[in-house]
Amino acid sequence: MATAPATHEEHDLGHHEQSFWEKYVFSTDHKVIAMQYMFTGMAMALIGGFFAYAFRMQLAYPGMEVPGWGLVTPNDYNQLVTNHGAIMIFWVAMPVLIAAMGNYLIPLMLGCDDMVFPKLNRLSYQIFLLSAVVLLSSFFVSGGGFGGAWTMYPPLSTKAEYSLTQLGSTIFVVAVALEFVAFLLGGINFITTAMNSRAPGMKLYDVPMVVWMIVVASILFMASVGPLIAGAIMMLFDQNLGTAFFDPDRAGDPILWQHLFWFFGHPEVYVVLLPAMGIVAEIITTFSRKKLFAYRTILYTVFGTGVLSFTVWAHHQFVAGIDPRMAHVFTVTTLLISVPIAEMLFVYIATLYGGSIEYSTPMLWALAFLVEFLIGGVTGIYLGASGGDIYMHDTYFVLAHFHYTFFPIAIIGTYAGVTYWFPKMFGRHMNEFWGKVHFWGTIIPFNGIFIPLFFLGAGGQHRRIADFTVYPELAQMQPWREFATVALLIMLAFQVIFLWNFFYSMFRGRKAEKNPWKANTLEWVAPSPPPHGNFPDGLPTVYRAPYEFSHPDHDEDYWPQNEPPAEQKA
Amino acid sequence: MSGTPIATTRSAAGMPTGKLAVWWLIGSEIVIFGGVLASYIMHRLAHGGWSEEAAHTNTWIGALNTMVLLTSSLSAVLAHQAAEKGDGKKASKLLWATIVGAVTFMIVKAFEWTEEITHGYTIASSTFWSFYYTAAGIHASHVLAGAICMYYVAKSAAKGEHLHRVENVGLYWHFVDVVWIFLFPLLYIAK
Amino acid sequence: MSEAEHSEDAHAHDGHEHNYIRIWGILVVLLIISVVGPFIGEYTEIQAITLVTAFGIAAYKAYLVVKNFMHMTAEKAFVSYIVVTCLVFMFLLYAGTAPDVMKSEGSGWEKPLWQQQEAEYAARQAALAHGGEDGHGDDHH
Repeated sequence: MATAPATHEEHDLGHHEQSFWEKYVFSTDHKVIAMQYMFTGMAMALIGGFFAYAFRMQLAYPGMEVPGWGLVTPNDYNQLVTNHGAIMIFWVAMPVLIAAMGNYLIPLMLGCDDMVFPKLNRLSYQIFLLSAVVLLSSFFVSGGGFGGAWTMYPPLSTKAEYSLTQLGSTIFVVAVALEFVAFLLGGINFITTAMNSRAPGMKLYDVPMVVWMIVVASILFMASVGPLIAGAIMMLFDQNLGTAFFDPDRAGDPILWQHLFWFFGHPEVYVVLLPAMGIVAEIITTFSRKKLFAYRTILYTVFGTGVLSFTVWAHHQFVAGIDPRMAHVFTVTTLLISVPIAEMLFVYIATLYGGSIEYSTPMLWALAFLVEFLIGGVTGIYLGASGGDIYMHDTYFVLAHFHYTFFPIAIIGTYAGVTYWFPKMFGRHMNEFWGKVHFWGTIIPFNGIFIPLFFLGAGGQHRRIADFTVYPELAQMQPWREFATVALLIMLAFQVIFLWNFFYSMFRGRKAEKNPWKANTLEWVAPSPPPHGNFPDGLPTVYRAPYEFSHPDHDEDYWPQNEPPAEQKA
Repeated sequence: MSGTPIATTRSAAGMPTGKLAVWWLIGSEIVIFGGVLASYIMHRLAHGGWSEEAAHTNTWIGALNTMVLLTSSLSAVLAHQAAEKGDGKKASKLLWATIVGAVTFMIVKAFEWTEEITHGYTIASSTFWSFYYTAAGIHASHVLAGAICMYYVAKSAAKGEHLHRVENVGLYWHFVDVVWIFLFPLLYIAK
Repeated sequence: MSEAEHSEDAHAHDGHEHNYIRIWGILVVLLIISVVGPFIGEYTEIQAITLVTAFGIAAYKAYLVVKNFMHMTAEKAFVSYIVVTCLVFMFLLYAGTAPDVMKSEGSGWEKPLWQQQEAEYAARQAALAHGGEDGHGDDHH
């Protein structure tokens, strides 16, 4: 229709001379905003990783002067673990997996020139950046940062005499609330773009899986975060205006906060899981040169997971004194939700079955995701059952389980996505050798960190304690703690290789062509890197499903979505 | 530097992009108000004693404000009708009438709260009053936001531009009205 | 945005010649009933009247606004699904949360002020009942 002339116009606009500020800071282009999210997320990951380093050093060698931080006092320790958790989830996993990947991939994969609301997109990034600055500023107020755990349970978060930092805890809540607003706006943008702006010919079942998953994740976020936004307002009033919503001494109810928090908090797990699952789906189908097994089954499973994820939240509260009858209900729903997730893993394995698998770096990450996430999922079964949870709750077993789900999601999934789409993002290849070195140097120490924590947790080691050596029965397990810390140091050291590989390849890497992996989805039709407006040769039209690899009716083993059928060419 | 992207003009779902986004926004607002109202209702049902405190709210002022919002909703929908007929000037005038409704609502609210606070019913008096001010306060912030949006839409509609926005901002305004329709019995009538 | 889209949008509503002012009139009448309802409820001592006139009418008013002013029923079906899904999730939140929040004590915790306030309220009610005014107040059980 009107696309051709308009594209031309966009194309011309792309040639305007732009200042640095216009092009990289205040741009409304979805690719630039995606990069802004990604680099902000990477910077925050460095901070979160540094916090992990500091408190793990304290746990392994209590009372030592940690290089780069100094003595980790118990109060420091609480601030470090709290902010490590909050930063890694809200300021690393969310911006990189959903915002960066979503912003980059949704318009490209749907064959359009930008998000539907470019200015709203820019605004949501700016609010996100503001939230990050606000969070970091909490470390510089009197009393320091908030140390009452990222879940902000009252009364630790609401009463100054417990939090020891009234302003710090207020700033923490404000930062989280701002971050929610940013992702709410961004999510509505994603959903609307995916619903309305698909390329001509692209039916709902032709949408690439990663786009579906990011959109479903945005819907889950949107539908679950509301009560927590309301709760955050109530908490701010509790902190500053003298209300008592969550104060049992004054007829309030602290468990209400836990419900409001986990009603969001559990769907949030799937909010970050689904984009990672989508990235993995794209990678395994491309590198096994096989059609994604059971596309529709995956899709329905995703919807099922989404709905179920709203019914499991109270399994975080089994020991909080909740109604025991509800504990039964939530045990059943929690164990139920492992069914769709297991099904997705099986379907992915079925995609691999009989494929001609190429062990490139992204593929290694994708396969590692399946393996490591499986461990995370299986250990969750023990915790989902209320009986088992009463023993395990708030021990390092929970912590290790959590990291076996979130590390694959936030770190492995991100590395998979970044290494896979790097040629598209920057027009150059990353170094495969160093990529593989980094892969093994991350995966092996990762297991080295967290497998000991399972044992420690099962041995009764409780969370949120700065020094275990004061407990005789826990002190004897000190070698395991040192082992985990050493593994962490090795893993952190290997991240330097990634950073070097990333920035070196960005400028000096081997040039990438349009479609280096010979994949089918629309982002590979655009030049690498795509210019402003994405498709200089006109926006593509879609003729087939996204995963037509090794199709019997086609000579090549891949069949791009936009390639017209043979009879039209003839 | 950017005109409207082609993406914005596509409509694969069969609904203009702006309106689609407003409906999703309304969905996200439902869960925000849902969170605070669900918390309030469960407390209210568990505390028989709250009815004595609720007796101090002024039903007549609440009813007056309901009336104001219902009427402003009417002018918003009439503005939408005018915009559909392409009459930007009329749509703009009707939107201004809606803004006047929003301002009236806020002024009535200000007098009401001043009265209550001077009688000692502050946000920290008891959990009922905490919920009363929090729920109505979140709603009032939406009234304010709606009025600001309508100001910009009315300005461009007067020039005959962006007429589709009249409907979008109207949708949001009706939603704010619907929230108040539930807040009124919850906070004022139930005694 | 484009003219074409706008006229297409307008087309969707052409079939429904809404009489907006009439709807507004109904809403105002309903408002008056919901304000008067509690007085009748108190006078006749039938709580149900208050509840129906307050919340039943609120629901109906909301329905009128959503249907006639927001045209939700005339929109694509997915709009209703969005709204209904969000509402259902809120009922879910309520169902999962209320069993805990509505209790004044549970395993390992209690809310002392709450218990005290409710005990005082019950005592006042009992005193009132002894005075012969049975069933006054406490609309909320």
